[in-house]
Amino acid sequence: MARLEDREPIALEAWQDPRAKPYVRIEGVSRRFGEVLALNSVSLDIYQGEFFSLLGGSGCGKTTLLRLLAGLDRPSSGRIWIDGADVTDIPAYRRPVNMMFQSYALFPHMSVEANVEFGLRQEKMPRAERAERVGEMLDLLHIGELRKRRPDQLSGGQRQRVALARSLAKHPKLLLLDEPLGALDKKLREHTQFELVKLQERIGITFVTVTHDQEEAMTMSSRIAVMDAGQIVQVDTPTGIYEFPNSRLVASFIGSVNLFDGKVTAREGDEVLVAGEGGLTMRMRCLQPLALGTPVAVAVRPEKIRLCNECVGPGENRVTGQVQDIAYLGNVSIYHVQVSPERVVTMTLANIHSRTEQTLTWGQEATMEWSPVCGVVLTD
Amino acid sequence: MNQPTASRVEQPLPEARGRLDRILRSELWRPGRWVNIGLPYFWLLLFFFLPFVIVFQISLAEPLVAQPPYSALLEWMDDSVLQVRLNLGNYVLVWEDELYRDAFLDSLWVALVCTFLCLLIGYPMAYGIATAPERWRVPLLMLIVLPFWTSFLIRVYAWIGILKNNGLLNNFLMGLGLIDEPLTILHTPLAVYIGIVYSYLPFMVLPLYANLSRLDLTLLEAAADLGCRPWRAFVRVTLPLSLPGILAGSLLVFIPAVGEFVIPDLLGGPDSLMVGRMLWTEFFSNKDWPLASALALVLLALLVVPFVALQRWQTRLGGES
Repeated sequence: MARLEDREPIALEAWQDPRAKPYVRIEGVSRRFGEVLALNSVSLDIYQGEFFSLLGGSGCGKTTLLRLLAGLDRPSSGRIWIDGADVTDIPAYRRPVNMMFQSYALFPHMSVEANVEFGLRQEKMPRAERAERVGEMLDLLHIGELRKRRPDQLSGGQRQRVALARSLAKHPKLLLLDEPLGALDKKLREHTQFELVKLQERIGITFVTVTHDQEEAMTMSSRIAVMDAGQIVQVDTPTGIYEFPNSRLVASFIGSVNLFDGKVTAREGDEVLVAGEGGLTMRMRCLQPLALGTPVAVAVRPEKIRLCNECVGPGENRVTGQVQDIAYLGNVSIYHVQVSPERVVTMTLANIHSRTEQTLTWGQEATMEWSPVCGVVLTD
Repeated sequence: MNQPTASRVEQPLPEARGRLDRILRSELWRPGRWVNIGLPYFWLLLFFFLPFVIVFQISLAEPLVAQPPYSALLEWMDDSVLQVRLNLGNYVLVWEDELYRDAFLDSLWVALVCTFLCLLIGYPMAYGIATAPERWRVPLLMLIVLPFWTSFLIRVYAWIGILKNNGLLNNFLMGLGLIDEPLTILHTPLAVYIGIVYSYLPFMVLPLYANLSRLDLTLLEAAADLGCRPWRAFVRVTLPLSLPGILAGSLLVFIPAVGEFVIPDLLGGPDSLMVGRMLWTEFFSNKDWPLASALALVLLALLVVPFVALQRWQTRLGGES
C-alpha cells in the first residue's frame, strides 16, 4: 500500500517490522452459530503495547472475535495464540487476559472494592498485597471515595471506571474492551478516551477494543481492523484507514467521502486519468497497476476539496454546481453542492472567517477542485 | 402521547385558577385510587382479620357441650353487669403440656428438614430449567406445574399405593432383586418427609426459577474472565444473587409444611405428632374448639415471627444495595 508520509519514519512500528513477534496471533479463525457464519476465516496479528481496535457495524463479528480472545467462546475452526502459547482450548479462567464488558457486568451484590478485588482473590493473592493493589487501582481511576458503594449506587461513568479498575486489577498483559465508552455521553466519552490512551501508555498493556464508533477508534488506536460480514476488510493505522481506504466500504464507513465512479483512461507516471460521469476528468495518484478501462471509484474526502473562485471552465478534478445545503458546525461548515441532477458533492470548509462574513451561500454557484494526491482510486 | 399532557400541565395558569385546578386534579379526588387501595384492605378485613378475631375470641373461651361448643366471652348478669370471662387456660395448657410442645417442635423440625430437602432438590431443577434452551423452558415448567392439575388429596393417596408394603416401589425393588422383603416406609416419618417434599417441591422450584432466569449470564462470564472456576463462580456469584429466590421458596414450603395435616395423617404413622393433626383431633374428635383455636394462634405466632424477621432482613438488604 502506498504511504504518503512526509516525515522519515524514525523507528519501525512493530507491525512493520518483519522480525517482531506478534503478541496475539489469530489464525484462520471461524465461528459458526448454527447457519450463521459470524466469523469467516479471520487472521490477524496484534503486537505488544498496541491499542488495537476492531471497528465495524453491528453484526460484523467484532464482538465474537473479542469473546474468542477472552475464551468466553470457542472458535469453530482456526487457532489463537497469546504470548506464544496456543490458547484455543484454554478456558477463560486460565487465560492471562481480562475483559471489560460492554454492560460492565459488575457484581451487583458486592461493593466497588469487592468487585475490584474479585480477580485478585481468585489468584489467592495475600490479603495485604490485595488491599494495596485495590487501593492502587481505585486511585488510578479516581474512584477511591466510592469504594464502599454498590454498583447500583453509581452513575454510568463511575460504573465504567469500576469495570475498568476491575479488569486492570490483575495487571493483565492483554486487556479486551467491549464498546468501553458506549454508554457514556459525548463529553465524558472524549475525556475517557484520552485517559484510556494515557493509561495504556503508562502501564504498557496491550489493548484490544471493539467499537462501532469510528471517531473513538480514530482517537485511541494504534491500528484499526475494519470488519464487515465476519471478515476483516482492512487493517491499518487510523491515518492509513482514513487517507488510504482499500475499498468503497471502508472509505464510506470511516468519515464521509465523495465517491466518483469512472474508468481508467490513461496512465502518466504514477498518476492515472479517470473518466467519470458528466465529462468529469480526474487525475489521481495511483501506484497500483491498473489496466486501461478498469472501472474504479475515486474517493475524495470533503475536507480535501477546496473552493476555487478563480477557476474558469472545465478542468481536471474540477466540478461546478449550486450550493444546496449548508451545515454550520462551528469550526467547519459542510456544503452540499449539486453538480448534476443526480450528483451532490460534499465539501467541508474551515470557518476561517466569522459566520457573517461567509461568502458562499445557498443557491450560489461554486467551482471546486482537489489535488491528485488528495484521494484514492478504489477498485473494490 | 405524553408530551401534550406535559405541556398542558406546564402552561402557566392564573394564580387562583391554578390552585383550584391543582386541588381538583389532585390525586385525592380520583375514585379509582380509593377503589384500588380499598379493595385489598376490604378483602383482608373480611377474610383475614375477621376470622382471626373470631378464632382469637374462641381461644379465650371454655369448651361446652352446646351449640356453639364454647362459652361466650361477654355475658349480661341480672343487675345490668356485663361480665367478661377470659380463659387463658388454653394457652397455659399449650405452653405447659409436653404433648403440645413436642408437637410444635416436631412440626417445625419436619418442616425445616423438608424445606432443606426441597431446596436441595429444587435448586438444581430450577437452575437446569433457567439455563435450558429457550424452547425447552416452557415444557419443563409445565412438567413442574402439571401435578397441580390433579387434586392434592389424590396425589397424596397415590403415594400410599407407591409406598405400601406390596406397593409399586417395593415390588419394583424386589423384582430387581435388590431387597428380599418389603421395606416398611408407609406410616413412618420417612413417608411424611417424602410426601411433604413431593407436594411442596413446585413451590420451591417456581420462585427459584423466576429468580435464576433473571440472572445476568455475563456476570458469570465476568467471573470466569477474572479467573474464577465455574464452581466458585456459582458459589460467589450465582448463589448470593439467588438468595431472594431461596428465601421466597423456603418460606412458601416451610409455612404450609408446619401446619400440614393431610400428609402426616395419610402417610404418617399413628405416633406422628404434627401440630396440624393435633389441631384436627382437638377440633373434631375432642370437640375442644377453644384449645384448638389456641393451638392455631400459637402456630400462627411461631410462623409470623420468623417471617417478619426475614422480611426485615430483606428490606435491610434491599435498602443497602
